[in-house]
Amino acid sequence: MDLNTLWCILIAILYIGFFLLEGFDFGVGILLPFLSRDKDAKKVDLKRRVMLNTIGPHWDGNEVWLLTAGGATFAAFPEWYATLFSGFYLAFFLLLLALIVRGVAFEYRSKDENPRWRTIWDWCIFIGSLVPALLLGVAFGNLVRGVPIDASMNYVGGFLYLLNPYALLAGLSTLVTFTLYGAIFLSLKTTGELQQKAQSLAGRLWVISVILLLALLVATYLATDILARLGVNPGAVPITGMVAILLAGYLLRRKRDGWAFAMTAVSIAFSLATLFMILYPRLMISSLNPDWSLTIYNASSSPYTLRVMTIVAVIFVPIVLAYQGWSYWVFRKRIESKPQTLTY
Amino acid sequence: MDTLILARLQFAITTIYHFFFVPLTLGLSVLVALMETFYVRTGQDIYKRMTMFWGKLFVINFALGVVTGIVQEFQFGMNWAEYSRFVGDIFGAPLAIEALLAFFLESTFLGIWVFGWDKLSKGMHAAAIWLVAIGANISALWILVANSFMQEPVGYVLRNGRAEMNNFFDLLLNPNLTVQFPHTVLAGFTTGAFFIMGISAYHLMRKRESELFRRSFQIAATIGAISIVLVVLNGHSQAQHMIESQPMKMASAEALYNTEAPASFSILTIGDLTQRQELFSIRIPRLLCLLSYNQLECEIKGINDLQQEYAARYGPGDYIPPVAVVYWSFRIMVGAGFLMLGLSLYALFMVMGDMVGSRSKTLRLFTYAIALPYIANTAGWTLTEVGRFPWVVYGLMRVEDGVSLMVSAGNVLLSLIVFTLVYAILVVANIYLMSKYARIVPDAGKKGGSSDPAEQLPSLVGAQD
Repeated sequence: MDLNTLWCILIAILYIGFFLLEGFDFGVGILLPFLSRDKDAKKVDLKRRVMLNTIGPHWDGNEVWLLTAGGATFAAFPEWYATLFSGFYLAFFLLLLALIVRGVAFEYRSKDENPRWRTIWDWCIFIGSLVPALLLGVAFGNLVRGVPIDASMNYVGGFLYLLNPYALLAGLSTLVTFTLYGAIFLSLKTTGELQQKAQSLAGRLWVISVILLLALLVATYLATDILARLGVNPGAVPITGMVAILLAGYLLRRKRDGWAFAMTAVSIAFSLATLFMILYPRLMISSLNPDWSLTIYNASSSPYTLRVMTIVAVIFVPIVLAYQGWSYWVFRKRIESKPQTLTY
Repeated sequence: MDTLILARLQFAITTIYHFFFVPLTLGLSVLVALMETFYVRTGQDIYKRMTMFWGKLFVINFALGVVTGIVQEFQFGMNWAEYSRFVGDIFGAPLAIEALLAFFLESTFLGIWVFGWDKLSKGMHAAAIWLVAIGANISALWILVANSFMQEPVGYVLRNGRAEMNNFFDLLLNPNLTVQFPHTVLAGFTTGAFFIMGISAYHLMRKRESELFRRSFQIAATIGAISIVLVVLNGHSQAQHMIESQPMKMASAEALYNTEAPASFSILTIGDLTQRQELFSIRIPRLLCLLSYNQLECEIKGINDLQQEYAARYGPGDYIPPVAVVYWSFRIMVGAGFLMLGLSLYALFMVMGDMVGSRSKTLRLFTYAIALPYIANTAGWTLTEVGRFPWVVYGLMRVEDGVSLMVSAGNVLLSLIVFTLVYAILVVANIYLMSKYARIVPDAGKKGGSSDPAEQLPSLVGAQD
């Protein structure tokens, strides 16, 4: 295996890691207004605080997976980084805007008693979670479907081009699946009424998620060149992703939330892996001329830079995984609905 | 307005805004870590309350540093795609390494620190904030590795129509980095120290929690005095390096239009920017020689001669940065720096003489002085970045060649306006929370993360609305 392939795999892993971790905290953010409903305004606030505290210690570290994926894209495939970010300009602008207000909202929301202050930041968390969950699907959908890229690697399509039915279906799929993932996470991390509500909502979200993912699977065979077998044959990977989400539904009904969470994670990881397998060895498919596609060779850094980056990654990725894993172990307990124990 | 001007404006606004919060993160993380270490060592409750008080302000500030940093990382691809293609082989690596080594470390352990008061042993909890501090400062190292390449390209070869890395260690040993990194980090420590001294002085004047704030003031005064002395000394070597590596930046910073031997130091120069000459100037003879080469005889090249030299080397064009901006940002930075030096030494004198609580009139000065590091930091980066013009990578690529080709001016304008508005709103929220929590001292015995200040100290919350 050459270093270009290795880096393609590493970046795929970084994006998968990002989806797996930030996926559920986007879900929690999206569910914030829905699962906290109550007649008593004080109880609404308490429920929201409990929900936010389930992801409190983790969301920032989860988001770094995206920053690292972005940085690794820049380092290993600078042409991809340049074309993607300048090409999908408004999409990334909206993504950044969402992440900015969301990040500040987590920290600031509970630092003042004023109900209006809290409501505003809660909206920031909701929109700041919903928009990225949707846009990430749209962006990846477009990557695999192909976009107009000219001979000099510039995207010439404009923003509206990105909003095609296939990409929107992909966006809705990530949106709903992340929300489902967040609901199962909440049922694992909360107690009492909140836990029950999260469980029953997960059951309902699961139905929509399965329909969307099935539709996406079929649409992927129709809208992309997956059948041309230009990349790696994804083989059983997409089907396994589907089986995993079906299993998640069964496990949810059996109240095996931990396993349902794991199966949803498998489904998300395998779906994204499928996408990278269809792409490989391309990184961005040109819909204008197959020769103008960005590949792991024509978009890459020099062999020297890839070697340096490989050494750095081999040393530090395991360290990061170890301490991030440990942080989940430290905060493994469920969050109780007691105001004095809540940080956020 | 075209894409280039808008993209430059956006870069300037984002960078200045980002660096408004970052230096405090660099310094305050270390100072809070020190306080918590004192707590672990002595077991005295006062150090725990100190840690919690300054830690809360740290977290409020940290959030904005993080989110503005996200824009920093991605705007190279969005607005500066051609630049990214040209230098990506070199420039991407430090950014990726920064994320992997620093961002993960600081964000993960900050989460552990904020939420882990009851979940970790004292020692582990203190270790967490040290790792946050180390992460933040490592982050500064790697982003300055990247920036130093723009100031002084090393370790590269021009191949395949782009700059390719041929020696990673040259990037790490970049002479520019060896002067810029200590300057930036120490400026961060100075910022943290002035922040603590200013807020402590505010409380000491009102005789609130005198013991807690007297000790805070002591720690900050000590770290602040060491840091600012080193910043000034280091700034001196930085200027000496600049005159070798970027003579045009130095000549502009001195508004030195014509080559001078021996060169004088400008106290105040008013120049004619279009005629490229000075109209009025107060100068100290030979001082620039002394500063630049540690001797009284020297020749410093002026802007006009450098322009001719560059035109001969790189082809016709304008190689002069906006002289007024560079000149004044340099003077503002140095002026604020020396004011801080004086105040720091005075603070140290007060601490040594055990007079911190008794001189309540001069304490007021320290509260106002919180502004000084911010002024110096902003001016310093303005000097560094504006002084590099017209280059985006010194001697290799001009700013106008780096901008994205396919991004419309409308798109950049839209993002510029919206980002600026959002930044403005967030800074208001930040200042509101900062000034609120700067007034509330946490009670002993309560856990650090509790978010209900009203429950902690009802008597002091009157200030909040």
